[in-house]
Amino acid sequence: MTLITTTLETYKEKLPKAIIEQIALLVPETITKAKLDKICENVLEEYVSAQVESGDSVGLIGAESIGEPGTQMTLNTFHFAGVSEMNVTTGLPRLIELLDARKKISTEITEVFLKKEFNNAESVKRYASMIKETLLKDYLEEVSLDMAELKLIVKLNKQRMDLVDLKPVQVAKMLEKALKNYKIGVEEFTLTIVQSSTKDADFFSLYKLKEGIKKVYVNGIKGITQVLPVKKGSDYVIMTAGTNLKDLYKLEFVDTFRTFSNSVAEVEKILGIEAARSLIVDELMKVIESQGLNVDVRHIMLIADTMCMSGTVLGINRYGVVKEKPSVLARASFETPIVHLINAAMAGEVDTLRSVIENVMINQPIPVGTGTVKLKVK
Amino acid sequence: MTDVFLNSIYVGTVKNRDDFIEKVVTERRMNRLPGMLNIENDDVRDRVYIELDHGRVVRPLIVVREGKSTLTDKHVEQLERNEISFSDLVKQGVVEYLDAAEEENALVAFADEDITPEHTHLELAPFAVLGLNAAMVPFGHHCHGVRLSQGSKNQKQAVGYYAANYQVRMDMDVNLLHYPQLPLVSTMMYDVSEYEKHPHGQNLIVAVMTYKGYNMEDAIVINKSSVDRGLGRSTYFRPLAAEELRYSGGLVDEIGVPDKEVKGYRSERDYRNLETDGIIFPEAKIGEADVIIGKTSPPRFLSSADEYNLTTSSSRESSIALQHGESGVVDFVMLTENSEGNKLVQVRLREQRIPEIGDKFISRHAQKGVISLLVPDADMPFTASGIKPDLLFGPHGMPSRMTISHLMELLGGKVAALSGRIVDATSFQSEKEDDLRKELLKLGFREDGTETMYNGITGDQYTTKIYIGNMFYMRLKHMVRNRVHSRATGPIQLLTRQPTEGRAKEGGLRLGEMEKDTFVAHGASALLKERFDADRTTIAVCEDSGLMSFMDSRKNEFHRFGASETSPVSPVEMSYAFKLLLDEIRSLGLNPRLKLERKC
Repeated sequence: MTLITTTLETYKEKLPKAIIEQIALLVPETITKAKLDKICENVLEEYVSAQVESGDSVGLIGAESIGEPGTQMTLNTFHFAGVSEMNVTTGLPRLIELLDARKKISTEITEVFLKKEFNNAESVKRYASMIKETLLKDYLEEVSLDMAELKLIVKLNKQRMDLVDLKPVQVAKMLEKALKNYKIGVEEFTLTIVQSSTKDADFFSLYKLKEGIKKVYVNGIKGITQVLPVKKGSDYVIMTAGTNLKDLYKLEFVDTFRTFSNSVAEVEKILGIEAARSLIVDELMKVIESQGLNVDVRHIMLIADTMCMSGTVLGINRYGVVKEKPSVLARASFETPIVHLINAAMAGEVDTLRSVIENVMINQPIPVGTGTVKLKVK
Repeated sequence: MTDVFLNSIYVGTVKNRDDFIEKVVTERRMNRLPGMLNIENDDVRDRVYIELDHGRVVRPLIVVREGKSTLTDKHVEQLERNEISFSDLVKQGVVEYLDAAEEENALVAFADEDITPEHTHLELAPFAVLGLNAAMVPFGHHCHGVRLSQGSKNQKQAVGYYAANYQVRMDMDVNLLHYPQLPLVSTMMYDVSEYEKHPHGQNLIVAVMTYKGYNMEDAIVINKSSVDRGLGRSTYFRPLAAEELRYSGGLVDEIGVPDKEVKGYRSERDYRNLETDGIIFPEAKIGEADVIIGKTSPPRFLSSADEYNLTTSSSRESSIALQHGESGVVDFVMLTENSEGNKLVQVRLREQRIPEIGDKFISRHAQKGVISLLVPDADMPFTASGIKPDLLFGPHGMPSRMTISHLMELLGGKVAALSGRIVDATSFQSEKEDDLRKELLKLGFREDGTETMYNGITGDQYTTKIYIGNMFYMRLKHMVRNRVHSRATGPIQLLTRQPTEGRAKEGGLRLGEMEKDTFVAHGASALLKERFDADRTTIAVCEDSGLMSFMDSRKNEFHRFGASETSPVSPVEMSYAFKLLLDEIRSLGLNPRLKLERKC
């Protein structure tokens, strides 16, 4: 025990903590000093050889590694890769919206995992219909306008309401909330809507209301437009189109540890920048793998790191990452040069010519690879 | 009531649409209405359109009445005896021209035996559904449709015998095939289009086999000895012209050997081929930069100083000369005047083009290829009877393209060459493959067209039987001679001091942004700098103001902008493009300044 810990202690500076812990875990306790030293030596050698060398242009290699398969992706853009009834944006359009860090993405999806005690086939169906955002039109049997008495008669569908344990009184409450100046009478499954003040009873507004009430929110979680209960391995999962993590997390049956959406912007807002970073990595890898391409995760991780470096998620475009570049010339070399130059001039910026593109522009050795070192001659 | 439109303009209504249309059509067939009049029945919108406009594509069809073709055996006999012509059939209403709109109302039978009582028309011939070019592809009905249209596009680029009076023509960019032939495997379209007057290819002996990997990726191997005997040989003609233009102020260009005083005088050597009238003589062998027509023009702008300057001539040189990489022989010189009465000199250049590596050849089935190797006769594979192929076609072009017609032409060509008759391969009515095979067998060859062949280099017999036969091949006008280009150093652009672009300007091949990235990715810093050194300059920069300065050679000191006269000036090496960028930023009203540091 002590032998292992003392030996490994000497490698504390040379190897990362995770690797040392791994060695300690895998080595048998009866190991001899010589053998352990040999193992540590080999591990260190392997670790050093796996490291990127100083002066390697990792960013550019990453860009090329994604850019090259990216050109092949343009060919098969419109592929649908979704669970049965859902069409999910994948391929190049998804890649572009991820890298641009769009706030509004084309298909928002949440996979709602259920807590252990609710994880069964019956409850998944019930909860799925519970979280789905429903409007009044989903429960309507018939809407008729009584012109003589100036009232709307709304007949509700009993069958559909029973499915989600909805009572007509609740519907009436929601209607009252949404419609001001109207009184709502409940009688079994029939609601009557009358203007509260008979003074200015107006036929036209009531006529408009006939269509208007169809869009009144009744129950479920706002933003979730479609639900689909699926079985994933041993888990029952609700796939949703549309997302609202904030409200989903409030529900008692939702496993908050495993439930998240595919919207980077939402995850960043609710779960924080680290979660957003790992979501970017996962989503980018998903796109690349779905196309049958092969890109090393480390390139993707570098991109995600770059996007999240400032503390908020920035897109790889002139409003995001490029805007944050310290060099004036580097910014000007990528889209809208005049704007960047004028703003830099007004701020009196100094370009220290430290990175690659500036040095290519002025035709000086670039500070990567063989250009990282300089010779001093006396 | 049906609305009637004439040339898309509303003209009135008729009560009974069908009767009206029938009447118009009958009148047209009786020759009382123009033959190019077409009538469309739009029953969806209840309208009738009559069209007489120019520019509609029309096609001839035989009229069918009551399930019977109106073209009778009697007509055919008369046609054969030359008693009537095609236009007589049109006059008799046997053949009529339909446009795209009227064709919508017609039911056209493909062949005689397909006719039913519903049919209104019959194709002149089954192959008439194809265009001129597509109908010239032998066994076109055994070819992929895409290939058929591609192949017909390629045939248009073939080098051929384009006009009998080419000697007196001044066409731009013309190629003339030296020994054109008629195809052994022909179609009816070759007769119809009087192909023998403008042939465009040659019958080659083709073996379908690989040759040392030289016919990968559509490349073809050609027998060098065949080339020496004139295979694919052609002549390239190019006209050059000069005109004595008149300018305002009574000034004129002058065609003649330029005076040595003239601005932009080349060198005496360049003018050596000119005769006293300043025009080159026929059959002169000329090369790069040689002057063909000597010409001097008046100065572009008349300034007062020039007008009184009597010592030097102010006119400038404007001769027509050969550009970089061009050469040839003067074929024809013509002296005339143009429509404005100006003196016009036209010179036609000629150059023999022998097939070389990189020239493009094609069969009639969109199987194009570029010569990758010219093999001497001695090294060519040969058959038991000693036949050596002219061309080796790689078999890998076949499976994915599925141009079966290509293979069938090879077989047909072999039969034709051996039997001494032309094989008919008109689409839909060609000779049958089985018949060709039987005939080949009768001629003493294997019926599948394969033969035992021997390696030309080692003499070993190939274990496989090689498919060999005759095929019609065309040489395309894309020749390497017009395209090869390389540069080490050469002209640069005035503005950026970077190399010029394009073959005509002797330019370089751009190492673009993505190519630059590969250097960066390899960390090849010094190599990248060296590669971009083409526009390197040294600029003197004032260390105090950070502005570019220049050497005032009269005072022998640097001129400094907005800094004291003693402030130090240092030479800074940078790309000229960056200097230009700084100037352009300055033109925005911004003032970029350089902060200098010692490099080490």
